[in-house]
Amino acid sequence: MTDPHAPAVETNGLVKIYGDNRAVDGVDMTVPKGAVYGVLGPNGAGKTTTVKMLATLLRPDGGTAHVFGHDVRTEAAAVRRRVAMTGQYASLDEDLTGLENLTLLGRLTGYHKRDARARGEQLLTAFGLEEAADRQVKKYSGGMRRRADIAASLLNVPDLLFLDEPTTGLDPRSRNQVWEIIRTIVATGTTVLLTTQYLEEADQLANRIAVIDHGKVIAEGTPGELKSSVGAGAVHVRLRDTGQREEARRLLAASLGADVELDADPVALTARISTTADDRAAAERASAALGELARAGVVVDDFSLGRPSLDEVFLALTGEKPAPDATAGDAGGPDAQDTTKATAGVAAVTEGTRA
Amino acid sequence: MSTATTDNATDGAQLRPVADNLSELLVSREQPPRPSALSASLTFGWRAMLKIKHVPEQLFDVTLFPIIMTLMFTYLFGGALAGSPTEYLQYLLPGIMVMSVIMTTMYTGVSVNTDIQKGVFDRFRTMPVWRPSPMVGYLLGDALRYTVASVVILIVGLIMGFRPEGGPLGVLAGIALLVAFSFSFSWIWTMFGLLLRSDKSVMGVSMMVLFPMTFLSNILVQPDTMPGWLQGFVEVNPVAHLVAAVRDLMAGHVNAAELTWTVVAGAVLMLVFGSLTMRIYNRK
Repeated sequence: MTDPHAPAVETNGLVKIYGDNRAVDGVDMTVPKGAVYGVLGPNGAGKTTTVKMLATLLRPDGGTAHVFGHDVRTEAAAVRRRVAMTGQYASLDEDLTGLENLTLLGRLTGYHKRDARARGEQLLTAFGLEEAADRQVKKYSGGMRRRADIAASLLNVPDLLFLDEPTTGLDPRSRNQVWEIIRTIVATGTTVLLTTQYLEEADQLANRIAVIDHGKVIAEGTPGELKSSVGAGAVHVRLRDTGQREEARRLLAASLGADVELDADPVALTARISTTADDRAAAERASAALGELARAGVVVDDFSLGRPSLDEVFLALTGEKPAPDATAGDAGGPDAQDTTKATAGVAAVTEGTRA
Repeated sequence: MSTATTDNATDGAQLRPVADNLSELLVSREQPPRPSALSASLTFGWRAMLKIKHVPEQLFDVTLFPIIMTLMFTYLFGGALAGSPTEYLQYLLPGIMVMSVIMTTMYTGVSVNTDIQKGVFDRFRTMPVWRPSPMVGYLLGDALRYTVASVVILIVGLIMGFRPEGGPLGVLAGIALLVAFSFSFSWIWTMFGLLLRSDKSVMGVSMMVLFPMTFLSNILVQPDTMPGWLQGFVEVNPVAHLVAAVRDLMAGHVNAAELTWTVVAGAVLMLVFGSLTMRIYNRK
């Protein structure tokens, strides 16, 4: 019998080796039930390999992994009954129509043909794909494909859904649609394990995040915990008069007790609040600092208090900017195939930091 | 492909009610019972049918290719080997039928490999179904293709003057044996399809195996005039035994020895390569 309190996923020292490349190098991870768990890392970090082992697609070379208490190695069939996986690449038959794909997979999950078709139609409608139901999947756009793919994972509602980079290569609107779908799925009680190289995505969706790099978990916690580990955020200030910038810098540094950088823009400054203070304290201190500027007659046109982005978290943890294409080269495993998507990743990361 | 459709303007409007709708669909966690091994295999076979429906071009290799083979060899060798093409056809047709169908089996490996590259395979592998069913599904679909190829060749042959003494029953039995053997034989290609990196290398290996197995046999000529070592190879070539058995069935005899040889060879091939295939499939 399995323990009803077993976490959705529990791994201990999980290892996968390709030749002399340790694609996954001792991953310890505990995914609690009923939430979104984000696995964040650049290309080639070992995210896909880890997920494939948990979904019984790859056999671990070392360590243990349990899904709802079932060993992925010895009880693979029991694991398969409780999980569904949507891979990075459309895991649908491109030659068939959307409805045929769902009917096919519905029959494989045990529905009779008519029920499988009905369930497929309902899901396609719910995903806004009813008009595309009778079109071949190869004629779908990226966003449609991803939605159809997720729909295929919900024919039987899984207890654990693996989503491997569900928004890689999607435009912002399709990405938002997928996010909305993920939130809905989690609200019905399914645990979602999401891998992503987009820092904003993990921040938006995940209750807990594991940051993974070179096959190891280098940090784990809630998005808030990860952020506070690198400080409370940054105060951005724009002055009216560039001549007052030196004075502003001195005042901010004194008031906030922080380093103040002069931005490329001759009227802008950024002060990083480097303590582990919570947001409220940071906000209070920022407004006090602005008061100091006002009293000294420094005219502030615009200011903002930016919370630290996960970019900064990643930077703090690894000492390097997450640059997907830079790390993709050292991966021999399936993650290495990601390279083609790298440019899209960079674009989204940049977008993420600005948000 | 340039045909990719972009999400149209109505898409966003449709998405609004998604959340409510979707949660309703996800409330029930009742799971239907697992499909039986047979039903899962048949479902995968149905997929192969759907693929033929959407990509009918893939039937070229079971229609045009066999027709070309039959015409080519009959008129190329007929006069020289048997006095006249019609005369030769009586000998050649069962053999050329076997050759065309056995050549077609390599596409099994190609489709397995293509699916792996496209990612749909990972979906199948995470489904709680009888493990060999995706493979059996390919082969069921292919068995239909083998039947199509056999019938096409038979019709061409009949038009050209093939008059089998075994009558409809003998011909039917011959085709049935051929399709059954090809089903077992194709497990070699499911294994290579899983093992090799690209569909091109699958093709390459297939050719390397299939050319000697079909040409170095009794398909085109009687082995009597071959050198001893080659006759030795033909002796143990299962395709040669299959041809002999099919030829006899179509001629109206049941050749128990050849039939047994063929059935045993088919069973051994399926056992060996079927288990290797499943080993690789599970360990991948």
